[in-house]
Amino acid sequence: MKNLIQKPVSILIQAFFATTLITGIAQAGGERDPLLASLIVDNLEISNQENNPTAWAASAWVGKDWHKLYLKSEGESVQGKTESENQLLYSRPIEKFWDLQLGLAYDTTPEANQTWAAIGLQGLAPYFFETNALLLANSDGLGIRLESEYEALFTQKLILTPSIALSAYSFDNEKMGKGSGLSNLNIGLRLRYEITRKFAPYIGLTYNQFFGTTADYVKAEGGKEQETSLVAGVRFWF
Amino acid sequence: MKTNIQNTQLSRRQFVKGVTVASTAAALGTQIPRALANNEFISNNTEKFYPRQSLLSGTEFDLTIAEKRVNITGKTRVATLVNGSLPAPTLVFREGDTVTLRVKNELDVDSSIHWHGLILPTNMDGVPGFSFNGIKPGETYTYQFTIQQTGTYWYHSHSAYQEQTGVYGAIVILPKESEPAQSDYDYVVQLSDWSDTAPETIYANLKKMGDFYNIGQRTVGDFFNEVSEMGFAKAWENRKMWNTMKMTDRDLSDVSGATYTYLMNGLSPNAHWRAQIESGKKVRLRFINAAAMTFFDVRIPGLKMTVIAADGNLIQPVEVDEFRIGVAETYDVIVEPDSKQTSYAIFAQSIDRTGYAIGSLTTDANQIAETPEMDPLPILTMTDMGMDHGDMEGMRHAGHDMGSMNNNSMDHSGHDMGSMNNNSMDRSGHDMNSMNNHSDGHSDHNAPMAHETPDYSHALAMEKMKMGMDVSDVDHSKHSHNAQAMNVDLDSAVIPMDMNPQLPQMEVPRKEGPQIDMRAMGAKYRLDDPGVGLRNNGRRVLTYADLKNLYPTRHEPKPSKELVLHLTGNMERYMWSIDGIPFDEAPPLKFEYGERIRITFINDTMMNHPMHLHGVWSDLETGDENHIPRKHTIVVQPGAKISYRVTMDARGDWAFHCHMLYHMMGMFRRVQIR
Repeated sequence: MKNLIQKPVSILIQAFFATTLITGIAQAGGERDPLLASLIVDNLEISNQENNPTAWAASAWVGKDWHKLYLKSEGESVQGKTESENQLLYSRPIEKFWDLQLGLAYDTTPEANQTWAAIGLQGLAPYFFETNALLLANSDGLGIRLESEYEALFTQKLILTPSIALSAYSFDNEKMGKGSGLSNLNIGLRLRYEITRKFAPYIGLTYNQFFGTTADYVKAEGGKEQETSLVAGVRFWF
Repeated sequence: MKTNIQNTQLSRRQFVKGVTVASTAAALGTQIPRALANNEFISNNTEKFYPRQSLLSGTEFDLTIAEKRVNITGKTRVATLVNGSLPAPTLVFREGDTVTLRVKNELDVDSSIHWHGLILPTNMDGVPGFSFNGIKPGETYTYQFTIQQTGTYWYHSHSAYQEQTGVYGAIVILPKESEPAQSDYDYVVQLSDWSDTAPETIYANLKKMGDFYNIGQRTVGDFFNEVSEMGFAKAWENRKMWNTMKMTDRDLSDVSGATYTYLMNGLSPNAHWRAQIESGKKVRLRFINAAAMTFFDVRIPGLKMTVIAADGNLIQPVEVDEFRIGVAETYDVIVEPDSKQTSYAIFAQSIDRTGYAIGSLTTDANQIAETPEMDPLPILTMTDMGMDHGDMEGMRHAGHDMGSMNNNSMDHSGHDMGSMNNNSMDRSGHDMNSMNNHSDGHSDHNAPMAHETPDYSHALAMEKMKMGMDVSDVDHSKHSHNAQAMNVDLDSAVIPMDMNPQLPQMEVPRKEGPQIDMRAMGAKYRLDDPGVGLRNNGRRVLTYADLKNLYPTRHEPKPSKELVLHLTGNMERYMWSIDGIPFDEAPPLKFEYGERIRITFINDTMMNHPMHLHGVWSDLETGDENHIPRKHTIVVQPGAKISYRVTMDARGDWAFHCHMLYHMMGMFRRVQIR
């Protein structure tokens, strides 16, 4: 299992650096396409649910205009028990507002983990919906995850972000707590204040709903099929 | 004319945030010494000299580029300066002189100086990688060339981002003979943008977030205002086009007052540059836009400005209230302060209204003019995207356009060849403009997005109609006797230009892809369009259609080939290119020595791009074959088309690029003239 991950990852990284690190000579002006890196923590928050779970959603990338390597992670941690979904993706622009992303996904729960091959689209849908769609596949079956969010500016600094996330799977995986069919819907509404462009505290409301077999797994673990939470956190990037 | 300017005693507090201004006397501007009859320069006019705005004249110059600490905003930053001065010393040359400039690089990286707009040999042009390898750290490069022109120009580094961090200065070239435009006072007004953030960081921020510095974005409130103004359905319909294209109508300036402090002659609004004036005396102001990324809209409330030169070259004087100056352009204006005010503000707002540079023309250095209010945030229209909303190319002479043509032909019904004399010809050019402004008004019934759509091609077509002739009829050979017969002053005659000549097209590679986020499908000539934010603002605003060479140009050869280039980009990804191909992936543009080329740009982006071709002049097509203005930097408006002619009369490799500092790495071509 470990080899299965390591080999493609190392190929991915090698291919990436081969295409990216050849730095152009900037003679007549600045360097057009410098190697850049960014860390974007969209959410880092605490909720008012029992034991105040903390949650995060973040991505980091390194690369240039045409080739980027992304590491994305989101998850929740409560009383030392952590669940997360992570991806390592090679990203390439394929359309003016869309990037095609290819790589591996790696999900963890306190009990187990699972690896997927991942293919995704990241970009801007009409009406400025920042959108992420990820199709997952492994020997057990398929999964799909969709996320979209919108930014409504009340002022240049006070920004409301409604968001929606959906996930569905083609099979039951009890250890991972994910059942077949529509698995989860998460709706968020976060109001942030950009103290600087790169740092903004926020408060928000989230609504989470599990469906079908997934809901059964969650309830068996003592979780709630649906819950509405008050959250507070920070968004930052650099 | 009503004015809201009052003189205010300069308060101590206004100085505190400013740079290193020691005394009010020190802030008085540096006058350009005028050549005397005996060809000596006045050099002892020291009381009017501003110490940090040093001035060098003669034929031998020593310039040293080095790092120096500056404090523009209250924070200390390291700038790259020439001779420790921000801006760099103003260089005063004299036409016909051979000048020697020894430029020493004391930075620890390569540097260079490019003499912007000067006609000189390619190895003196100062662009690294173009017959010159840059100036290595510690080395001195000796530039030597003969001055073949007169007017206002500037110089700047062409290495990395040194232009942003202070390597820019003015060049004033005095004529060998007497100056046709006489003035009592003569000042350089150099506009620029300063950031405490390193340029590499600014560029990285833009790459990570294209709208990083946009602090005038649409808000929910804007939409509700539109709903209450025009109803939900129309407001929603209005947004729909932008939303489905994923473009924003607030995309005016990539880098804004969020990080920039706008400077006039190196001074922030707090430090406030001042120049001495006297009531009833003529003042020449040599405006230079030395900014990295900022277009300025310039006016002097209370005074008319008579524009006498563009990019160094004399034009027929045109009186305006305001002008927009693109990055790297220069305009010379004459103002005549009267006794109504003792000080006047020179007010230069950034195109996106996020800040301004300001200075005062004042009879008393202790008095500065009151700061005018900034104009409202300009909103881009579908015109600025080159979308004409059903008014497509080829269809545009139908419908309401006919109406406006009729108006015009009534105005000029008396206009036949017989009445073609100096004065009426002159006026017709002006009438065209004002007429066109009116036509803005009654195109309103069209979609609201197109309501700001002036179309210069109408004017051209109309001009042709009323003259009842085409360009060839005014060929000078025919005219030698015709002119006499009709009593025509040919030098001042307007000769309509064919704006759609059928010329052999030069082939260039083009590439589609994610690096291009829009196409200006209905791009038009918009020479009489003052640009977004200046349309119908109640002021007389200079447009390119106003630029008429002071000297007749009808004898100049016609272009033999056309090169059409599309300015392309993706704002969100912050990628810029020409025809979808960035500089480092594009083959050179090759020309034969001596050939005259028509270059047409189509701007497939929502930004203004000031295109600068080194080494040779860019002769702008404004519709008048007889007064083609000569420029070095041509602004291509968003979604617009523009053409100019270039005689390839300088052998060598030349840089050809957008002068926006963070666009140029992509929007760049090598021109080879063999």
